[in-house]
Amino acid sequence: MDNVEYVRPGSVSEAVALLAEKPGKARALAGGTDLLVQLKSGRRQIDRVVDVKGIPDLTEIRVNADGSVLIGAAVPCFKVYSHPAIIAGYPGVIDSVSIVGGIAIQGRASLGGNLCNGAPSGDTIPSMAAAGAVALIAGPSGNREVPVAEFCTGPGQTVLHPDELLVAIRLPAPRAHSAGHYLRFIPRNEMDIAVAGAGAWVALDSHGVVTEARVFLTSVAPTPIGVPDAVKAVVGTRGEDSALDAAAAAARAAAKPITDMRGTIAQRVHLSGVMTKRALAGAIARARGEHVPGAHEAHRVRTNGAAH
Amino acid sequence: MVAVDAHSTTKVVVVATINGEPVQFLAEPRQTLLECLRDVLSMTGTKEGCSDGNCGACNVVMDGRLVNSCLVLGVEANGQSITTIEGIAPVGGLHPLQTAFLEQAALQCGICTPGFIVSASELLKHNPHPSEDEVRFWLSGNLCRCTGYDKIVRAVMHASDIMRVGH
Ligand SMILES: Cc1cc2nc3c(=O)[nH]c(=O)nc-3n(C[C@H](O)[C@H](O)[C@H](O)COP(=O)(O)OP(=O)(O)OC[C@H]3O[C@@H](n4cnc5c(N)ncnc54)[C@H](O)[C@@H]3O)c2cc1C
Ligand code: FES
Ligand code: FES
Repeated sequence: MDNVEYVRPGSVSEAVALLAEKPGKARALAGGTDLLVQLKSGRRQIDRVVDVKGIPDLTEIRVNADGSVLIGAAVPCFKVYSHPAIIAGYPGVIDSVSIVGGIAIQGRASLGGNLCNGAPSGDTIPSMAAAGAVALIAGPSGNREVPVAEFCTGPGQTVLHPDELLVAIRLPAPRAHSAGHYLRFIPRNEMDIAVAGAGAWVALDSHGVVTEARVFLTSVAPTPIGVPDAVKAVVGTRGEDSALDAAAAAARAAAKPITDMRGTIAQRVHLSGVMTKRALAGAIARARGEHVPGAHEAHRVRTNGAAH
Repeated sequence: MVAVDAHSTTKVVVVATINGEPVQFLAEPRQTLLECLRDVLSMTGTKEGCSDGNCGACNVVMDGRLVNSCLVLGVEANGQSITTIEGIAPVGGLHPLQTAFLEQAALQCGICTPGFIVSASELLKHNPHPSEDEVRFWLSGNLCRCTGYDKIVRAVMHASDIMRVGH
């Protein structure tokens, strides 16, 4: 890794000034699980690392009076999946942060880093987008908000300008009879990048009819993508098989994957349908109050009996 | 605001607690914590495998959390408390995990072993009596090319039993 300058500002405004001084040559450092890999391999060259973990706004989780939750951009995964309000209100987000890397990665990797890195395969992006999350951004000329669903613009590319800092992610207040679910397909049980993944969120009325939904896919397009036709297929239904099959067909139509070492186009198109159906079924079951284990627990539940 | 020299690409003073001892060293900002431990402090118990977060050979505990020291900058250790493999055994003895690894032949070449022991000791701190699946899940970020994992998992389960009896 080439030599760099290391700075550790204590406030958002200082961090923005330190980024703005070296446009494109300074980067924020959260958990470093993407950035340090990129710097060490030479894929990215910069002069200044701005460690943002000394800034309270980026390192705290706050529950607002209206029930919405602010997750600081640099809060590591383990703090997210240990937080009672996030466990209770955003099970789809919990699903995704629990499967980023292994335990050591989860000690450092953040939601903000996952989002700003902008990988087409980012696991937390579809779950946050499905939850209706909004990115809170600070820059030299003030603050702005961008829905997580619109944050990524291409592989490794986002709406963020080089002198802007992602401060926090805001999750809207949880609603009654609503829930999310995220899952991905990987050939291993842990520690792998999604071949394809889907995040869904639904809200039900008192009769169990889906009134609102959001569906996002990962690893099947240059960015995580929304599937409005899958939403249309389930709204107004109780999530019967026919509705879920129609949503799966919509996801297969929306997927625009590539063939790479992890999977082929055909496999990813197929998986887009499978994952969408399962994510919606899981979100609907959770919204009804049923327990649906996340991918990390499902593996344990499945094999516990055979373990001893 | 800044705990270390703010505008320096040359060496920076880092003050940390390593295995309970106060330590001060000079780090270049580009050096990882792994490089600082091995090359600056000559603490070579922590191993380098992949250097990109995948193998767990470099795992240490920083600020109470298991981390890959190859994906931490040495300068980030400033003000932190760190436990490495050198800090796992009590003076003059072995940690029950180390004894179990020896008795259960849970190592062959041994390069992965410090990372497995540090990771497993953190598991037993959080969950003293894990199921086999919980052991496998927790250790999924540690790779071993030699043992096939079964002996490692058995050694961790055995150490957990010994530590239960010991209390
Ligand atoms: C072994 C291993 C396994 C992994 N497994 C997974 C996985 O299963 N799923 C998955 O999705 N990812 C995985 N990753 C990738 C990575 O861990 C995640 O993307 C993680 O969430 C990145 O967060 P971070 O805090 O480490 O980001 P960093 O590396 O600190 O930053 C990532 C990028 O975002 C920028 N950035 C960070 N914070 C901000 C901010 N506040 N404002 C502006 N820019 C910012 C940085 O400059 C950098 O370009 C894995 C990585 C490794 C090494
Ligand atoms: S050397 Fe750090 S994880 Fe492999
Ligand atoms: S004993 Fe050789 S890699 Fe594990």
